[in-house]
Amino acid sequence: MEEVPQGCPGTGSAQAGRGASCQGCPNQRLCASGAGAAPDPAIEEIKEKMKTVKHKILVLSGKGGVGKSTFSAHLAHGLAEDENTQVALLDIDICGPSIPKIMGLEGEQFVEDNLGVMSVGFLLSSPDDAVIWRGPKKNGMIKQFLRDVDWGEVDYLIVDTPPGTSDEHLSAVQYLSSTHIDGAVIITTPQEVSLQDVRKEINFCHKVKLPIIGVVENMSGFICPKCKKESQIFPPTTGGAEVMCQNLKIPLLGKVPLDPHIGKSCDKGQSFLIDAPDSPATLAYRSIIQRIQEFCGRHLPEEGHLISS
Amino acid sequence: MGTAAGPGNLAGVRHILLVLSGKGGVGKSTISAELALALRHAGKKVGILDVDLCGPSIPRMLRAQGRAVHQCDGGWVPVFVDQEQSISLMSVGFLLENPDEAVVWRGPKKNALIKQFVSDVAWGQLDYLVVDTPPGTSDEHMATVDALRPYSPLGALVVTTPQAVSVGDVRRELTFCRKTGLQVLGVVENMSGFVCPHCAECTNVFSRGGGEELATLAGVPFLGSVPLDPELCGSLEEGRDFIRDFPKSSAFPALFSIAQKVLSQAPARLS
Repeated sequence: MEEVPQGCPGTGSAQAGRGASCQGCPNQRLCASGAGAAPDPAIEEIKEKMKTVKHKILVLSGKGGVGKSTFSAHLAHGLAEDENTQVALLDIDICGPSIPKIMGLEGEQFVEDNLGVMSVGFLLSSPDDAVIWRGPKKNGMIKQFLRDVDWGEVDYLIVDTPPGTSDEHLSAVQYLSSTHIDGAVIITTPQEVSLQDVRKEINFCHKVKLPIIGVVENMSGFICPKCKKESQIFPPTTGGAEVMCQNLKIPLLGKVPLDPHIGKSCDKGQSFLIDAPDSPATLAYRSIIQRIQEFCGRHLPEEGHLISS
Repeated sequence: MGTAAGPGNLAGVRHILLVLSGKGGVGKSTISAELALALRHAGKKVGILDVDLCGPSIPRMLRAQGRAVHQCDGGWVPVFVDQEQSISLMSVGFLLENPDEAVVWRGPKKNALIKQFVSDVAWGQLDYLVVDTPPGTSDEHMATVDALRPYSPLGALVVTTPQAVSVGDVRRELTFCRKTGLQVLGVVENMSGFVCPHCAECTNVFSRGGGEELATLAGVPFLGSVPLDPELCGSLEEGRDFIRDFPKSSAFPALFSIAQKVLSQAPARLS
């Protein structure tokens, strides 16, 4: 799953950590001690915990700042509008936890009775506290969130991720590997600078065999509030998500235009869907949420379904 | 901690500055690229070190994608993005066989490559080395600061957008700077308003005011606000020289002013 030295004998092999090609590999000592061969017991524990969680959706993007947290929050809000649907939102962006702010939470974990949130942001005592952690410590936190939080009966668990394809993403997929992940929603903006990172994220999903529910193109056009004419602030110079999705044969779930009220709602910690029910952005979000629900409804969890790592 | 001077390391680099943000997508790579172009236009020799290993954006922004990296006695030769060889660049983007290939590495492997980028690239004589970073306060940032510490970086430019969600993350980045002893040269607020090309109405697409408030709160200089400018985005998409080609655009004055402020910091320091 990870990049390995050429000729890596494999972490489960008898030669693990001992072969010539193991020299210089950061995992050499670990493999030589036999630790690589034994599966992490947390994976089974998490499998047990996740038995009461029906659907799991990861929100990913290779690129930062495209609106993953904004989308995750509003996906959660949208699903939770039905009071019979239990929704949980897990923020695994350890260094930049935006979800508490966007959801208007200072430490409480419940937005509504049926919408619960977990984030490292709740564990920080000051808004200036920096989480300056290396990979292994971040992984430990993610393991704790998945294993030690009492999720209860949940219809949808939404996992908001940081940008990139690194520790957090590998850990999330690894720790959830013995449960059924419905799939990933991938967020992008229209310009090539975003798409080039998003293609890497799509490749990551293929590598770890994570199904892709589809792509959302955010900040797709801006309607001037004064003259109502449209401009492309982030021009889709290579055809935007539409062309990328056609080329990679992945569904485009929808395009969300830039509405200045979205930023304002997030800053206030309120649901944009409620603040601006008639905005074209709200209509776009609702249509995308419905498509995600339909996808999850078609792909029901099977007992013992495995995502191979 | 001292390293022997040699052609393969940073001994010939006069000033090093980092471009940081806790938040993703605020324009670190944009500011890094434009700052490098502006410094070049001021007659300086500039290098850019792109340590965003998962999302290396700089090669495309300077029309250098797909270029090959060569070896010399001192290590890797950085890629020159122009004929005059006034801007050189090193990025993991050059080391990927396929540009869509994901760099799916855990922390230790990222740290190892960053150390190599700092010690094994033959940067030669440079006036400025601009270091573009990924968002966050993790492995890449710690590895970069540790590797650069012997060379006494000038400091960090910290980039934010106006809204509270961004400022919330960038406050943490300022703490990172404090804890690691990295001087903050100032805060840049990017995406500060959009002027409609049809009617000239300015809309605060990503709220307003956060950058200046943050600078005041943290007691660091506020270096300026860069507005949203589709000409800037478009120029970066095509790898054009925005500073040369769009001097009349709305983003130009702010970018130029930021470069001037950086230039004015440098002579005050002993190299």
